[in-house]
Amino acid sequence: MGLRGEAAIVGFVELPPTRRPTRPAMFTLDQWATLAKAAIEDAGVDPTRVNGLVASGLAESERFVPATLSEYLGLPLNYGEVVDLGGATSAGMVWRAAVAVELGLCDAVLAVVPGSYHLPRSTRRPPAEPDYFGASSNRYGSPQAEFEIPYGNLGQNAPYAQIARRYAAEFGYDPRATAKIAVDQRTNACATPEAVFHGQPITVDDVLASPIIADPLHLLEMVMRCHGGAGVLVANADLARRARHRPVWIRGFGERIAFKTPTYAEDLLRSPLASAAEAAFRMAGVRRADVDMASIYDCYTITVLMSLEDAGFCAKGEGMRWVTEHDLTFRGDFPLNTAGGQLSFGQAGMAGGMHHVCDAVRQLTGRAGRAQVADCNTAFVSGTGGIMSEQVALILQGD
Amino acid sequence: MEKPLPEPTPVSAPFWAALAEHRIRIQYSPSAGEYVFYPRLLAPRTLADDLEWREISGLGTLYTYTVAERPTAPPWADSVPQLLAVVQWDEGPRFSTELVNVEPAELRVGMRVRPVFCDQPEAGITLLRYEPVRDR
Repeated sequence: MGLRGEAAIVGFVELPPTRRPTRPAMFTLDQWATLAKAAIEDAGVDPTRVNGLVASGLAESERFVPATLSEYLGLPLNYGEVVDLGGATSAGMVWRAAVAVELGLCDAVLAVVPGSYHLPRSTRRPPAEPDYFGASSNRYGSPQAEFEIPYGNLGQNAPYAQIARRYAAEFGYDPRATAKIAVDQRTNACATPEAVFHGQPITVDDVLASPIIADPLHLLEMVMRCHGGAGVLVANADLARRARHRPVWIRGFGERIAFKTPTYAEDLLRSPLASAAEAAFRMAGVRRADVDMASIYDCYTITVLMSLEDAGFCAKGEGMRWVTEHDLTFRGDFPLNTAGGQLSFGQAGMAGGMHHVCDAVRQLTGRAGRAQVADCNTAFVSGTGGIMSEQVALILQGD
Repeated sequence: MEKPLPEPTPVSAPFWAALAEHRIRIQYSPSAGEYVFYPRLLAPRTLADDLEWREISGLGTLYTYTVAERPTAPPWADSVPQLLAVVQWDEGPRFSTELVNVEPAELRVGMRVRPVFCDQPEAGITLLRYEPVRDR
């Protein structure tokens, strides 16, 4: 059961993240088209071969998203879908695109995530109310509105800090170990000119000296929101063989959605990624030791630590020691988030999840520049949505 | 800036009505043999249609917490540090809450905690916060 590994990422685009908008304001529809064009051109595929798309939503249209995009792009679709998995959306889009290709529904499927919230403002309509609820819903009848938000339990910082606090109680906590994750990723960013923190190396002491935002998490252990955008084109073997770059075959995937609010997690320290990663490795017939680089969703350092354990790269409770003993830089023994990850490359909103897919594609196609991992053939990619509540794992391979 | 308050729903009304009396009632599924929170129409996992309301003491242990030094959202700008906690009731389910009457340095995962009923008369609602159980 599963993928045969006959669908490949043949083209990608990832805009260099910027802290402030550097382009004129653009609707997400226009961002989508621009990113799609870039991914198609990177592949060198005729745009009219695209007959599927997966989206993460549009700011301009709450509903009928695939049809709106199909109409704008002038591309009739055999398959169109919106994926709603928070930070796991991008990885979830990639496996859905691969399935559509392997089932023979589509020749080529776009998976694109606009990543700039700098949108044109209407001069006639009042601006939208500021919405500080983020991933929580404050609508009447929403469990978050009734049982979380009234106590100030919203956003991501506090619940991820609660995971870290629980981890500390069960397994112990070494702040220098989680800080090292941020430091090694910054080293990778310093070898990646597109990274938002390129040219700004940091030390463990810098991380520990940065302000505590939600105990025990420091500022430099958290992502900073940027403007950007990313996307990939997934195509069948026929198109992949004729594309400009080495095909990146989608060999295995797993997905697991377990809860919305971590209060209700069965076990806060065993995340859904455990089952998603196991499924992905089994489907691909790949062992953990075969992985040449990993791109792990890193909204916080604790997310990376937990994911390394739950994906099976080290034992549960051993992560702090494990990251201390391994070199996580692109030239190390476990190359991780080799462009800097979202922590140091930048998190372009929802496109942050696609960063990890693009990170792997850059490495597998030999386009990572100074950060290139030698002889890189097998990549592990993870996506994490919500508070480690919905997760996706991918195994990507070159020929 | 005003903090958002909960609004009882047709399903959850008995929970909020009990809190107004400074009592805690949550749901129980006899067929699953489990207490359930938050209030639902059907039991999670089994989808059994047998949820009934039972009173619990509200005593529990601190499952996890964080001390938020920066406000989690604008209405809490003047409320830092926020002591955001997950309490596990002795009956099993977990409850998202805030800790009061305690210094951050005293907090320990696993410590015993007890309910503090916080009436909000202007909104006609009672919130359920927690404080450590202290030996007298």
